[in-house]
Amino acid sequence: MSEQSIHTSVPAELAPPGKVGRLSRLMHRSERARGYGLIAPALTFMLCAILLPFAILVVMSFWTATGFDFDTSFSLENYKQALERPIYAALLERSLWMSGIATVAAVVLCYPMAYFVAFHVHRHKMFWIILMTLPFWTSYLLRVFAWKVVLGYEGVINSFLISVGLIEEPLEVLLYSQSAVIITLAHAWAAFAILPMYVSLEKIDRSLLEAATDLGDGPVMRFLRVTLPLSLPGVISASLLIFIPTTGDYITPALLGGPDGAMIGNLIQKMFGPINNWPMGATLSILLMLCISVICVLFILLTLFVRRRIS
Amino acid sequence: MSEESYIHRRNRPLQIYAVIFLILLYVPVLFLPLFSFNDSLYTTFPLTGFTLKWYEELWTRDAMWAALFNSIKVGLFVAAASTFLGIFAAKAITRYRLPGRGPIVGFIMLPLVIPLIIFGVALLVLLSRLGVPLSLYTVSAGHLIVCLPFAIATLIPRFEGFDQAIEEASADLGENGWWTFWRVTLPMVFPGVLASFILTFTVSFDEFIMAFFLTGTQPTLPVYIWGQLRFPQSFPSVLALASIIIAVSFVMVILSLYINRGAQFGGTKGSGHD
Amino acid sequence: MTEDAYISIRNVDKYFGKFQAVDDVTIDIGQGEFFSLLGSSGCGKTTLLRMLAGFENPTHGEIYIDGQPMSDVPPHHRPVNMVFQNYAIFPHLNVRDNIAYGLRKHKLPKAKRYEMVDEMLDLIKLPDYGDRRANELSGGQRQRIALARALILRPKVLLLDEPLGALDKQLREQMQLELRQLQRTVGITFVFVTHDQEEALTLSDRIAVMSEGRVLQLDTPSGLYERPHSRQVASFIGTMNFFEASVKGVQGEKVDISVRGLGDIAARTTGQSLAEGEKVQVAVRPEKFVLTADQPGTPSSSVPGIVETSAYLGERSHFFIRLEGLDQTVAVSAQNSAGTQAFGDGSKPVWLSWTEDSLVLLPPE
Repeated sequence: MSEQSIHTSVPAELAPPGKVGRLSRLMHRSERARGYGLIAPALTFMLCAILLPFAILVVMSFWTATGFDFDTSFSLENYKQALERPIYAALLERSLWMSGIATVAAVVLCYPMAYFVAFHVHRHKMFWIILMTLPFWTSYLLRVFAWKVVLGYEGVINSFLISVGLIEEPLEVLLYSQSAVIITLAHAWAAFAILPMYVSLEKIDRSLLEAATDLGDGPVMRFLRVTLPLSLPGVISASLLIFIPTTGDYITPALLGGPDGAMIGNLIQKMFGPINNWPMGATLSILLMLCISVICVLFILLTLFVRRRIS
Repeated sequence: MSEESYIHRRNRPLQIYAVIFLILLYVPVLFLPLFSFNDSLYTTFPLTGFTLKWYEELWTRDAMWAALFNSIKVGLFVAAASTFLGIFAAKAITRYRLPGRGPIVGFIMLPLVIPLIIFGVALLVLLSRLGVPLSLYTVSAGHLIVCLPFAIATLIPRFEGFDQAIEEASADLGENGWWTFWRVTLPMVFPGVLASFILTFTVSFDEFIMAFFLTGTQPTLPVYIWGQLRFPQSFPSVLALASIIIAVSFVMVILSLYINRGAQFGGTKGSGHD
Repeated sequence: MTEDAYISIRNVDKYFGKFQAVDDVTIDIGQGEFFSLLGSSGCGKTTLLRMLAGFENPTHGEIYIDGQPMSDVPPHHRPVNMVFQNYAIFPHLNVRDNIAYGLRKHKLPKAKRYEMVDEMLDLIKLPDYGDRRANELSGGQRQRIALARALILRPKVLLLDEPLGALDKQLREQMQLELRQLQRTVGITFVFVTHDQEEALTLSDRIAVMSEGRVLQLDTPSGLYERPHSRQVASFIGTMNFFEASVKGVQGEKVDISVRGLGDIAARTTGQSLAEGEKVQVAVRPEKFVLTADQPGTPSSSVPGIVETSAYLGERSHFFIRLEGLDQTVAVSAQNSAGTQAFGDGSKPVWLSWTEDSLVLLPPE
């Protein structure tokens, strides 16, 4: 190869064009403009579809219902009622309590599973992850429905216990109880708990564990002093990812809860449905959001505090 | 095994726990197909006999078919729209130094963590104040809120999984942003695009909470099922329908995860320059 | 701007947020030059290269290529092409389509395009590789493809971002030779980024040594090695012995200095003006010292010492010698011969001698 060949074989017009459009210059100048331009459609939609409705919901929570219409003058009546009538507070408290228990159960039961896959599965890891998260991708409604089949008055457990002769009458506590709701919630959201915990366990540098062992920690101390603190971010996000959505759930309590197992979501749904008191429904939604926010902030502060104490 | 290190040595109790965990994870759902083939109105043991009549009955329900097509229509639209928007959003998030990137991403991901009932009622209130009648369009809008975070979360690892230098090489070789996107970016992220499409379709197809508030006269399939749950005599057909839906969902999700393998959960491949 | 400068970097600053990656850099590069940016990681060399390519914009200052200001010109309109650090070979395309990637715009007939690609494949000594997929290539092959992909567009300037960093030592040395040869063949200006000083010395016509965003010294390889301007440059390139000294007297270029460990000796300035009593540093390369068993005939430029440790490296040996009045040992590198074996045991004193030319005067730290 010589100098000639490369220079003669390439046409002269190969040199990049010197003229550059105005817009092109502007876009080149501002990397930010390009980035914001790309994200703008998605962001605009989300702003319109989240903030706008939410703003109206807040406004509506200060209205009052008058028969089939609304009184649109500003009023704190709904909030007053929500605070004064014990039924609202009790329902809200029960929702948070049931979600809390379901969250703790899901996180505690899923942690060993996430740990197992992160540390003890070496081949076909992807297969295990898919296996653990697959149910999550199928219809929530149908998963809850499945529990109704299992726990029902004439369901799997009762009929099985009767047919083997352990009981004579169906147990009523199984369906339409708080425990039925809690079991179902914990089960249905298990995949949501596993993923973040798995990711944070998987990220832990294995040499840290070897170092802890080398420095004299046994398996238990090593877990408490290294693995657990390092996987805490995963535990926190898993907890929040389950707790927040489940507090507003209404499918599970409606199908499995009965009167004792009803949650605030059921009431909100009824306010927008049969009761037809939209402003009250809006107020309850806002109160639910406020409670969730406060609890989440407290929870994050607490875990940060605990982590600082551990390390 | 000799290849196992001290840290990774076998833990028998944990293995047993994992197996039990998986069994309990799947068993409740597996009762649905089991009883859908049972020749009885009730989901009770002992089983009374094998039958396909619930599936046959399903075949004759026009309302179910109408609801199915509604769900497919909404699902296809939502999958296309959320994946389309998601591609550009994911590119912006992974490729540009955007001030306020964290809050923007957090905001877009909000629907993953906030109770959907809140979004449902808020959207319902807005639509009714604007005088927009409830229809499949309003359901689609609601589902787009739910699906966009899934689309973006599926696509981001794909963008992170390939070195930005590859796009820069294209620019360096004379291609502008548009051509670079067609010739390099899209082929590179294509498995993610396909996976995002299938996943968002599945999510939309199965979504009930939003659809419940935003459906007009044309119910989607989950809304139809919810309505049928009130009638004990429809119970076995619902079981049959649920079995089919779950089977199809499983296949679609496995398919999308398989297509998008190698880019799961953030990946571990880092990229960057000094 | 200098008349004959082909690339002209004028007072360029680059900030990433508050962090200043490049600090007031001014460099002129001539046409057909093999120019290197040398520095440790984070010194701003890659940022500077990316500004030439157009992936980053200077916060202040301007870059001219062939007389044209570049600030408003996006990467795809610049007359430069780049070989990326990890080569950035398109994984979804085969070798031929990778090399032909940039030709799309030029609307050439397919036959012509293939002809050009085949010529490039010959040039990089990979004929018959056109149909290979990118993931079937070795590191060295990927590097050549990246070169071909850039060179086929006949850029005015070729930018290379540590292109040999990912290769093993043997391959790297071979590619260095080929790269230099290729640059002479095509006659294109090369701007080469590396952290490997040996590589920079081997390849370049001129080198800019960078640290913390600034150019410390811009010189030819021998200039950098023989006449470093600062202790930082001197110690970055090769090994250097440093001695504290003060100026006793000045007569034109000639200065008398008092050097700790070496005594009162004569030296020559390299342009800088010195005053009596001024503190300076004296820098001497290890191979500039001469080691002898007996005192040489020039008592004013020799001192006795004791060999403390030595390292045998085959062709050469390194000796670390303790001198009176000096805390650190002095490194001396000597060609191995029958005589040098005897220095190793440290039992007898040895004599260290030097010439005036081998002393470099540097400003104090």
